[in-house]
Parts: sequence; structure tokens; C-alpha cells
Amino acid sequence: MLSRWLPRWNYERIRSFFFGSRTHYGLIFLLVLYTVLVVIAFVYLYPLLYMFITSMKSPQDLLNPMVQWVPTQFYVENYLKAFRVLNYPQTFLNSLITSLIPSLIQAVVCSLVGYGLARFRFPGKRLIFALMLATFIIPPQNTVLPQMLTYREYGLLGSIYSLILPAAVGQGFKSAIFILIFYQSFSTIPRVLEESARLDGASELTIFLRIALPNALPAYVVTVLFSTVWYWNETFLTVIFLEGGIQTLPMQLSKFVQAYENLYPPGVVNIFDRINEAVKLSGTFLNIAPLLVLYFILQRWFVESVERTGVTGE
Amino acid sequence: MNLGKWLRNEIPPSVREALSGYSFVLVWVIGFALFTLFPLVETFRYSLHQVTVTATGIELTFVRWANYTRALFTDPTFVQLVIEYALETLISTPVVLIFAMIIALFLNLDFPLKGVFRTIFFLPVIITSGPVIRELIAQGVASVPQFANLAAVSQFLQDLPVYLRNPIQYLLTSFIIIFWFSGVQILIYLASLQKIDRSVYEAAAMDGASAWVSFWKITLPSLSTTTVINAVYTIITLSHFSENKVVRYIYGQTYAVQGGIGYASAMAFVYFGVLILLLLITYAVLRGGGRR
Repeated sequence: MLSRWLPRWNYERIRSFFFGSRTHYGLIFLLVLYTVLVVIAFVYLYPLLYMFITSMKSPQDLLNPMVQWVPTQFYVENYLKAFRVLNYPQTFLNSLITSLIPSLIQAVVCSLVGYGLARFRFPGKRLIFALMLATFIIPPQNTVLPQMLTYREYGLLGSIYSLILPAAVGQGFKSAIFILIFYQSFSTIPRVLEESARLDGASELTIFLRIALPNALPAYVVTVLFSTVWYWNETFLTVIFLEGGIQTLPMQLSKFVQAYENLYPPGVVNIFDRINEAVKLSGTFLNIAPLLVLYFILQRWFVESVERTGVTGE
Repeated sequence: MNLGKWLRNEIPPSVREALSGYSFVLVWVIGFALFTLFPLVETFRYSLHQVTVTATGIELTFVRWANYTRALFTDPTFVQLVIEYALETLISTPVVLIFAMIIALFLNLDFPLKGVFRTIFFLPVIITSGPVIRELIAQGVASVPQFANLAAVSQFLQDLPVYLRNPIQYLLTSFIIIFWFSGVQILIYLASLQKIDRSVYEAAAMDGASAWVSFWKITLPSLSTTTVINAVYTIITLSHFSENKVVRYIYGQTYAVQGGIGYASAMAFVYFGVLILLLLITYAVLRGGGRR
């Protein structure tokens, strides 16, 4: 049996098996490749893994140096506490609303602006691109205070309008990136389509709605997804604009310790109910769990998006 | 309707096209004026004043450049934080770029389970936020603890001058977090790698170029524009991140009794200046390197 196929393994075949050839990768190359990728993947996953496992530990497990990676029991008490401390149903809903609504508006407005830049020749276009780059570069602290004071004057501080208004005029969170995505996306639609529509007497808005928009649906999906995630994770602006009003999940997480001690006063509760890292990490995990779910359902859209919409921009 | 007809007949097509274009971007121009330009100018005005917030509005007392001189010459914390920030950014950016490029080169190959790895590498983009990162750093998950605490390493660090020691220490303790900021850059590199024409590689292979030579002569030059984009993206992301120490310090000073809005505005402008300087340095280095 062995001798029947062994002779075919001459030097060339062995060499190609280990070192690869023009048509396939060698075993050594694949080994190195997978080792490097697995190590790096571990570096990425380690914090999540650590977070999840620690959050499942009971106070006894936390104190026990023998318990590193496998908790002795299935312990969900931390999550129940974190759930209460975060006021989860309420803050989750707030986060959802404050990230989804500005994102939808942002997608509509950015697509209109991107379309205008991609499809029409007009003087001052380069200036607009330059200014758009500027909006991307200018740190938020350089513009946020006057906005905050103006909102305060009109009583909009703490309400969702303080996030909606900038998004509605193309100045939302990272708007410049989304305008660029739409610009790229609309630039690739053949002009013939709109020329013929124009000859048939269609107005510019009709052309946009009937021809451009259906052809740029991937860009819309990508914009809404990324924008939602980025609004969800944004804390600098939300803390300044929403503090005292709407309480989002990350905002509540920032004051986790304080909120915990309000619910479970340190002098009153027994020692095992004091705050510990397991409870804190449960809170952190509850904070990212919705994003993880969203990502794993729609990961194709997130990951392939950059190629599909051609953000790289030559 | 009549007006529309008149417009269509009387106005030359190029002007009509320009007008249509303006009507689409008008909303952005208004937004830029209201939510970027006006606040920027207003913030600059604050930075020249002592700002007192009252129940009805704000009171400004002109102090000329006092806020700036305080930030630059009197406040020891701010200048130190800005220098640390600048050094850390200059260190993190090449790390992110090189790392993202290597990963993108790997992911550009064809092998089983490629999709799984791509999903994992992009994960941080989805979940990175200020409070999450803060919690991870507080728990010590962000570093490579065993390495940073090695006796030999800490001895080596002791011998270095302070301005070198801090950035290296930062590199060791925030290693994982730096990687966490590479997700988008990996995808941008990947997209740009896929646009390189395969026939160029084939032609090079015909002429006897090894994969190594092909990388330096074909791949790297093709990625030069993308590298600039990625560098800018990295620097901006790191600088705007809400856990950035300078950002946190400025935010803290905004509401502090000693600081106030005027002082915070002045610091914001100094910070903005440093950020632009960093972008210019990076651009010059990348362009200069690309030409050679």
C-alpha cells in the first residue's frame, strides 16, 4: 500500500508540498500564516474573553487564585445586578433611539450632498471638498461649546434634537466620511441612465429618487449601520449634549460605580454585594452585547462594505 | 410651472447644471456655516475672553491672549499632556499602519477560514467606545502585562531618558489597544490591494521577480495613496477619541472653577494646532518616503 504511492513522492513533490508552487501554497507557508493569524486573532479576542469570563465569576471565584479561566459555577448574579444598575431597558431604548434616528437622517442628507458633488459640475466644488475634510479634522472640542450654549438657550440641551439638528444639515458625527461614501457610490453609476431620463423630462429630484437612489442602496445600508454604531459608541458629544436629559447606555456605564453604590450602599450590603470587577465587566458586556448581536447578524455588510462602496477613493 | 419652463429655455445648460448642483449641496453649506464655522469662530472668541456662565446666558470679559499664555507657560499639566499625546500618536500611527498593512496582505490571500479572521479583525471597530476602553484598561486587559513587568524590561526602561521612556512604556502597556484602532485601516488597505491589477504581478513573475521583490516594487508603491489616507484616519481617530488624555483634560477644565469655557477654548485651539502639525509631519514623511 505504502510502496504503491511512495515512489510518486519524488523530490519535486515533497518540495512543493512543503514550500508550495505556483498553483498552491506550501504547508510551511500555511502553518506560518495560520499561526500569525490565530495569535493576532487571540490578541483581539483576549479582552472580550477575559471580560466575559470575569463577568461570570462569583465573588468567591474572584478571590480564588486557582480560578483563572473556568469559573466553578454558572453565576449570573453579576448580570442581574448590572442590569439593574444600568437601568437597562430604559438606557438601551435611549441608546437605540439616539443612535438610529440621527443615523437615518444623516444617511438621507449625506446622500443628497454626495449626489450633488458626484453628478454636477459647478464652481467651488473643490472648496466644498476642502471644507468637508476640515470638518473631519477639526476636533469636536473646538466647536462643541458654542453649540452647547446655544442649545441651552433654546432649552434643547438633553433632548435628542441636539443630535438631530447637526445631522439634518450634514454636520453629524463623521458626516464627511459618509458623504464621501455616497460620492464614490454615485460616481460609478453610468451617466447614460440619467441623460435619457432627463431627455424624457424628468426633474433632478425624480432622477435622484428613481435612478440614483436604487443604485446606491449598499451605500445607504453601510451608512446607516456604521453611523448607528458610531453614534452608539460616541460619548464625548452625547455627554455634553444629553447630560441631564436622555441617559444612554455608555453614559450610564461611565458612572457605573456611582450608580451601583446608590443602589447597593457599601455600608449597608454584605461584603459579597460590594462592587467588584465582575459586576463592572458585566455592565461593560451588557453595553456591547447589542452591538455584537448586530455585528454577527450583519457582519457581511460591515466587512465587505468598504470594498463594495469603494471608500478608498483614488 | 411657467417659471420652470422659462428657466429651462433661457438659462444655458452649464449654469443650470451648476444651479442643480448647488441645490443639492446647499443644505451642507448652511450646516457648515451654522454648526462648524460659526461655532469655530465663536470658540476662538471665547478663547480670548474670560467666560462666565450665568442663568440667562454668558458674560465675556476680554483678556487678550491670557488664556493662551496660561495654557502654554503657566499650566504645567497641559503642555506635558500635549507632548505625551504628540509622541504617543507619532508612535501609534506607524504601528497601526504597518500592522494593518501586514494583516491586509495576509487577508488578500486565498485560504480557508479567511472570512472568520476578517470578522474577528474588524470586531473592535464595532465595540470600541470610551467607557468600554476605559474599563478594559482599568482591568489591565489592554496590556501585555507579563512582558511590561519583566525585570529586564523595567531595568532597560530605567536607563532611558524620560522623553523616550514614556512612549516606550506606553507602547508596551497599550499594545492591544493600539491594535484595536486598526480595523478600518485593514479594510481600506484590503480594498486597495484588490484593485491592483493581477497581470502586473504575473508580468513581474515572468521576468523572474520573487514575491519579495514584487512586494517592494509593485505592492508598496500602489498603496502609497492609501497609506496617506490611513495615516490621516488613524491620527484623527486617536486625537478625537474621548479617552484621549488631552481631550479629557480640556473637558475637565471646561467645568472646573479654575478653568472655565474661555480657558478650555484656548486649549482646544492649541490642541488643534498640534493636531494639524502632526498631520503635516506625517504627510511630509509619507510623501518624502514615497518619492524616494
